[in-house]
Amino acid sequence: MVATLEIRNLHASVDGDEEMILRGLDLTVKKGEIHALMGPNGSGKSTLANVLMGNSAYEVREGEVLLDGENLLDLEPDERSRAGLFLAFQYPVAIPGVTLGNFLRHAINARMKAEDPDSKGMPIPKFARLMREKMTQLQIDHSFAGRYLNDGFSGGEKKRAEVLQMAVLEPEIAVMDETDSGLDIDALRIVADGVNALTGPNMGALVITHYQRMLNYIKPDYVHVLYGGKIVESGGPELALELEEKGYEWIRERHEALAQAEA
Amino acid sequence: MAVIRRRSALPQAPSYTLADVHALSDAHDEPQWLRARRAAAWAIYQDTPMPYQEEEWRRTDYRHIRWDEAERLTQANGATAAAVPGKNLAPLTGDEQGGLLVIVDGKVVRSELADELCRQGVIFTDLQTAAREHETLVEPHLMTRAVRPADGKFAALHAALWDYGVFAYVPRGKIAELPLHVVCYSTRAGAALGHVLVVAEDNAQATMQVEYASAESAAQSAYIGATELIVGDAGNLRYVSLQDWNRETFEFSHQRGIVGRDAQLDWVNGVMGSRLTKAFIEVDAVGTGASARVSGFFFADRDQFFDLDTQQNHHAPLTNTDLLFKGAARDRARTLWQGMIKSLPQMQRIDGYQVCRNLLLSNEARMDSIPGLEIEADDVACSHAATFGTLEEEPIYYLMSRGITRPQAQLMIIEGFFDELLQRIPFERVRRRLMNEIEAKIIG
Repeated sequence: MVATLEIRNLHASVDGDEEMILRGLDLTVKKGEIHALMGPNGSGKSTLANVLMGNSAYEVREGEVLLDGENLLDLEPDERSRAGLFLAFQYPVAIPGVTLGNFLRHAINARMKAEDPDSKGMPIPKFARLMREKMTQLQIDHSFAGRYLNDGFSGGEKKRAEVLQMAVLEPEIAVMDETDSGLDIDALRIVADGVNALTGPNMGALVITHYQRMLNYIKPDYVHVLYGGKIVESGGPELALELEEKGYEWIRERHEALAQAEA
Repeated sequence: MAVIRRRSALPQAPSYTLADVHALSDAHDEPQWLRARRAAAWAIYQDTPMPYQEEEWRRTDYRHIRWDEAERLTQANGATAAAVPGKNLAPLTGDEQGGLLVIVDGKVVRSELADELCRQGVIFTDLQTAAREHETLVEPHLMTRAVRPADGKFAALHAALWDYGVFAYVPRGKIAELPLHVVCYSTRAGAALGHVLVVAEDNAQATMQVEYASAESAAQSAYIGATELIVGDAGNLRYVSLQDWNRETFEFSHQRGIVGRDAQLDWVNGVMGSRLTKAFIEVDAVGTGASARVSGFFFADRDQFFDLDTQQNHHAPLTNTDLLFKGAARDRARTLWQGMIKSLPQMQRIDGYQVCRNLLLSNEARMDSIPGLEIEADDVACSHAATFGTLEEEPIYYLMSRGITRPQAQLMIIEGFFDELLQRIPFERVRRRLMNEIEAKIIG
């Protein structure tokens, strides 16, 4: 069976808040597919990313999220990760004192232990080889592994570190939350090359972005527009170009008119 | 079990007498100058009230000490190095030690010094032996320059009654490449009055680590100690002190480094054990261009109480002191750091820095930090800071999003907090061991 992320009628708010941010979102992402999710500020893009990963600052009010039929909403973030979900953070957190290499080794070992409680984890030489291979592939300086996680990283370095983590952990489905924000064009190309190298038959991706720019480098199979907490338009790559050309205003107008008509 | 504590208003004093001082001098066949010095210290001790409510002691209540148990001067009863945990005895680096001195219940049970260091004229022996055999080297330094009997009640008591010690000496211009390693271990409850005197002469270099630990005991103990680090002009001393007393030990210690012209002292102090620790940790930059880095880490749990009182004294121009302490507290533990940077008038172009970073791991724990400056010069760069944090959800969530479990994520963040400090310890093996000890405190 092809790994599939299914989001059904998802309603969510900030924890403790009355106001609903996601209001009945439906989306299915299969392994091997690249979906772009676009939308204006405040449409709920980042909320979706955080709800999928299980950030406790958000509360799911209704709906379900399944990964290969398993309900992710019952799982803690670490269990979701081990089930095959990955989130590339928009704002990766700096953790002083924990090196990127050590962190990723723990992440891999946590997976091995979850599968086999007696596992001793990946031998260090094997892990070092894996890191070198992935860093070379992503054109990342090998000294990166010895630096404290995101501590003092530039915006571009943080995003590259996110892509490196994705490459090492090999998720089934990756959600990329505005990975293009804060990147200059060179960094954007490197990050996009990395994503392109990783997607394919072994991984599906949900690329969340405000701008079409990223989609010059990562070619989506499907483009969706999020507005008012639900997906209001879906199409092929041409939809992204249309948004680039016309902006989000026409979406706003069309759906406000629809909402009024419904009311 | 209900514990009823009877507390009088003022702290009780131990019941030592001048006869104890004399008995000690007799037992070790001490030279006259040392006998006189002990007697003089005893007089200061008698004239000094037990500390209570003075500024440095205001937040430290030690009245729950039971002196009837804690004051008993320990007598070695045949325990050997076999009583000491293997982790304390392991070489600091590689397979060889520059020197190893193991003191159990106040008695030297192992004493080794590499031939290479012997040939250079390095002395590494117990203080009583040194006081007899190397009088001219010990007498000028022993409690005359760094820690002095007049520094406080416990400094005076220590000067009168210190009952074991270490003397490490590196002659002028000699470089002791291999590290010197001291382990002080107590198998029995009671009083330990240990002294460390390190003298690195002009242009000499040395690295030394001293570890303090004791076997579990239900009875109380007191460690009334002193550490004196004397670094001559253009000398260089790296010194690591690790304290892991049992949970019924009360430590009252004075520790002071004296740093000469263009000399460097790199000092790391770790406090993990004891029930209560009150430590005065001071550096005096006495020569132009002297530089000292003072680092401390502490982790208090259960009902531990640590009070670390640091002082950076700039007695010469162009001196630099850099202090970083990092600590955590959990359960009902309490920690206190009080820091002070002082400069004499007209000591221009000095650079003093102090910061204490606190990680609070439970609502019942309490951590205080009180930085201070007393600067009487104008061309100076002095700054201080104290920070307080708790375990935040955001980094935990980030680590968990990569498959790491919540307890493991918390562990990694706390260890990361200490990593910067442990990196200042020059021995990889010791760093790893300390990380395990920190881990045990987090999990325990």
